[in-house]
Amino acid sequence: MKPGARFVGQRVARHEDARFLTGRGQFVDDIDVPGALHVAFARSHTARGRIVSIDTKAAAEVPGVVAVYVASDLGHLVQDHRVDDEPPQRERPFRLLADGDVRYVGEPVAMIVAGSRYHAEDAVDAIEMEIDAEDPLLEPTRARDADVPRVHPEEASNVYVDVPYAPNPALDEVLASAPVVLTETFRQHRYATVPMETRGILASWDRVREELTVWISTQGPHGVRGQMARVLGIEDSQVHVIMPDVGGAFGLKMHPRPEELAVVLAAKLLGRPVKWIQDRRENLMADEHARHDHATVTMAADEDGTLLGAKVEFLEVAGSFPSPGGSAAVFTTILFPGPYRIPAFGASALSVHTNTVGRGAYRGPWMVETVAREQMIDCLAARLEIDPLELRRRNVIRDEELPYVMPTGMVYDQMTAAATLEQAAEKIGYEQLREQQRAWRADGRLVGIGVSMFAEPTAMAFGFMSTDAATVRVSPNGKVDVAHTGASHGQGVETTIAQVVADELGVDFDQVRVIQGDTDKTPFGPGTGGSRSAVILGGAARLAAREVRDRMFSIVAHQLEAAEHDLELVNGRVQVAGTPNKGMTITEIAHQAYSQPASLPEGVPPGLEAQVRYTPDSFCTWSNACHICVCEVDPATGAVEILRYVVSEDCGVMINPNVVEGQIAGGVVQGIGGVLYEHLPYDDAGNPLATTFVDYLLPTATEVPEIEYGHIETPAPTNPGGHKGLGEGGAIGAPPAVINAIADALAPLGVQVRDQPLGPADIVALIEEAGA
Amino acid sequence: MAEIAIAVVVNGESREAMVEPRLTLADFLRDECRSTGTHLGCEHGVCGACTVLVDGAAVRSCLMFAAQAHRAVVTTIEGIRGPDGELTAVQRAFRDAHGLQCGFCTPGFIVSMTAFLRDNSKPSDQQIREALSGNLCRCTGYQGIICAVRHAANAAVAT
Repeated sequence: MKPGARFVGQRVARHEDARFLTGRGQFVDDIDVPGALHVAFARSHTARGRIVSIDTKAAAEVPGVVAVYVASDLGHLVQDHRVDDEPPQRERPFRLLADGDVRYVGEPVAMIVAGSRYHAEDAVDAIEMEIDAEDPLLEPTRARDADVPRVHPEEASNVYVDVPYAPNPALDEVLASAPVVLTETFRQHRYATVPMETRGILASWDRVREELTVWISTQGPHGVRGQMARVLGIEDSQVHVIMPDVGGAFGLKMHPRPEELAVVLAAKLLGRPVKWIQDRRENLMADEHARHDHATVTMAADEDGTLLGAKVEFLEVAGSFPSPGGSAAVFTTILFPGPYRIPAFGASALSVHTNTVGRGAYRGPWMVETVAREQMIDCLAARLEIDPLELRRRNVIRDEELPYVMPTGMVYDQMTAAATLEQAAEKIGYEQLREQQRAWRADGRLVGIGVSMFAEPTAMAFGFMSTDAATVRVSPNGKVDVAHTGASHGQGVETTIAQVVADELGVDFDQVRVIQGDTDKTPFGPGTGGSRSAVILGGAARLAAREVRDRMFSIVAHQLEAAEHDLELVNGRVQVAGTPNKGMTITEIAHQAYSQPASLPEGVPPGLEAQVRYTPDSFCTWSNACHICVCEVDPATGAVEILRYVVSEDCGVMINPNVVEGQIAGGVVQGIGGVLYEHLPYDDAGNPLATTFVDYLLPTATEVPEIEYGHIETPAPTNPGGHKGLGEGGAIGAPPAVINAIADALAPLGVQVRDQPLGPADIVALIEEAGA
Repeated sequence: MAEIAIAVVVNGESREAMVEPRLTLADFLRDECRSTGTHLGCEHGVCGACTVLVDGAAVRSCLMFAAQAHRAVVTTIEGIRGPDGELTAVQRAFRDAHGLQCGFCTPGFIVSMTAFLRDNSKPSDQQIREALSGNLCRCTGYQGIICAVRHAANAAVAT
């Protein structure tokens, strides 16, 4: 009775591509509402200081300017800034516009609304701001010192999140007695999500209907709806949010920024449509940053490399105003053990404020745990003189140990780390490669091999993120609409969900239309984030389609007086197995369901439409992967060339391997970029030094390796399709693989690599420091 | 600000307009001509999302003023299509090789590669990568894009 998988697993071309290839995509800046006004923000040039005066008179007189707002005009209008599920007892530092003082360079101080962005920017230049500059706090390790200023004077300290170390005598005993105990500190620098489309919002208030319409570049329109309603102190039902095409997000667009809340307030105050499109300078200087954390790891092992215990202290830089969910401190302490057996474990984490841009959630926000662990394992391998791949092989959790309870309490119902390790090793030809490396080294070439492994907690279902829903509707002409809670912005969900539903209903993939991103058209739900779409949304769509299919079978069985178990679904037709001429097409069934309700069997409701809200059977669905990177370092220039890059991953049942590989590749290249090119430094006064793409270097086609993929497909037990998320894995696994490869390349020179970034100047400095 | 009269052909259509001297070609195309497929990813000439053809040459429309396009023939992504109105070989290759995800940078890549493959029908791999290096993509890691350009080049040679 089950339909065969005709589309799931296939590399079908994407439904969304035609409009993007022809310039017919519609992004928020492409939406033209007559009479729309445009916004620019005047921003702080000072990292920390008291606002002496803001003179907006000249700005207000610039031609085309409609309004100039400062904190005292708008701040008090915000009724409630919290996002969904944010507990009222935990105050996240927030303000709409700088008020009384400034706390980072780039902080919005005044908002200008004008007839065009050109005029709004003219007015920004006309604002006179006097700020009495004070010394900023920039060094996170000093955040708790007595002699440093508080970033938020109204807070008791500079500590944003404190996850204390829980006393653990067993771990203390291991660390005191183990044959090998190493302690190292690893530092990760500040970089950023940088979607190609920046943030943008267009808001329009209808005074007669008392309704707000918002078009916004977001990862979840329903969350925006709730938040904007709370900001204005109106009902959710008065807010309509539309997510048009979105040009990438990677976590950045989970929640609106204060600027976007200000736009909504201005639209209501002025009664006119108001648009703000963030420019790239604003994106790099003043939108949430990512990474920037330290980890001090103490790891204990036997002489044969068996891991015995680990203790970690994480330090996370929250910056000034972290985004909701911007701190990953708790996750880092839970996830550190990764895919390895580490019997004794304990960790603490501290997230601290500095006078810099706030921290946001970027693809694998907790990934410093993988970076630190995988670097540490290589340090241990070097100390024990055991091959780093072999050391991992000895310690990965094996099938016979499942289900495996991590020392932090999380449970692996599934873990195929060993399989991915072997597949990656075979694909890259690990043994031969090590032989080859010896020859290269003998020739003076600095070629290194880096391995990394991790377990990715995908589709975490908690709070607002617990469920997704889908409505599957077969229209009387047999075409299928799927309206869902997701918010795809590059992940190909318009295609993959159509593949899933087409298989369940036995119809052609092109007959399924997928609808998302509009609070008037789709069920309530969280949107996209945390590698959830295939697992949770896929589960909802599959079960809703299944409900419709079951109804189709009941109707046909009744009409043809056949037993349901004798029926089969073939090319959109339900027919009696073995007697294909006896059956009904989906159009005939739909006609019966909608137009002949009296003819339906007892208990079968009229119509062919069903909605299912789905939550997985488990708090999270684990995927896992092994990355191996081979690189060559030029000691004269410090340039790194990546020669090979292999990823072996297990994301369960693949819906569309093109989409899977696209997600891996995008993440891996973001990770490579993060280690080698991308960096958002500040100077000693707290000025950001990379605010254009001339200074903030993204990888281009000339720097990237050809990524080789290996797939292990172990169906996940948590959801009906057997899928596992993998959206974040590439960006988690790539940095430590690249770092370990560089460290391995430089090892013959006596260089020790602990910190990032590893740009040419950093590498040359390391070589010089080692005296090589 | 004194406005300047310009005459420009955009995707085959003659247009006359009065423009501020500081109006960029990108904003002219997007706001005046409603050719919104020309995307702005940085507005300082690095990302390539706003690439259009000006008299056949691939140009960053954020770095050119509309007034400089006086008497020019401009082709945006909306003007790139096969003789039958269908996708061109370059567009088809991007679709078939999964050379796009969010689609924001895609128009710039398509326009750049259309000009590149017109001028170099048998590019080497290194030439392809260098030609692509003027356009940034944050989603694909360039894997599908590089494949797509190879395929489009081969398809062009085959026909």
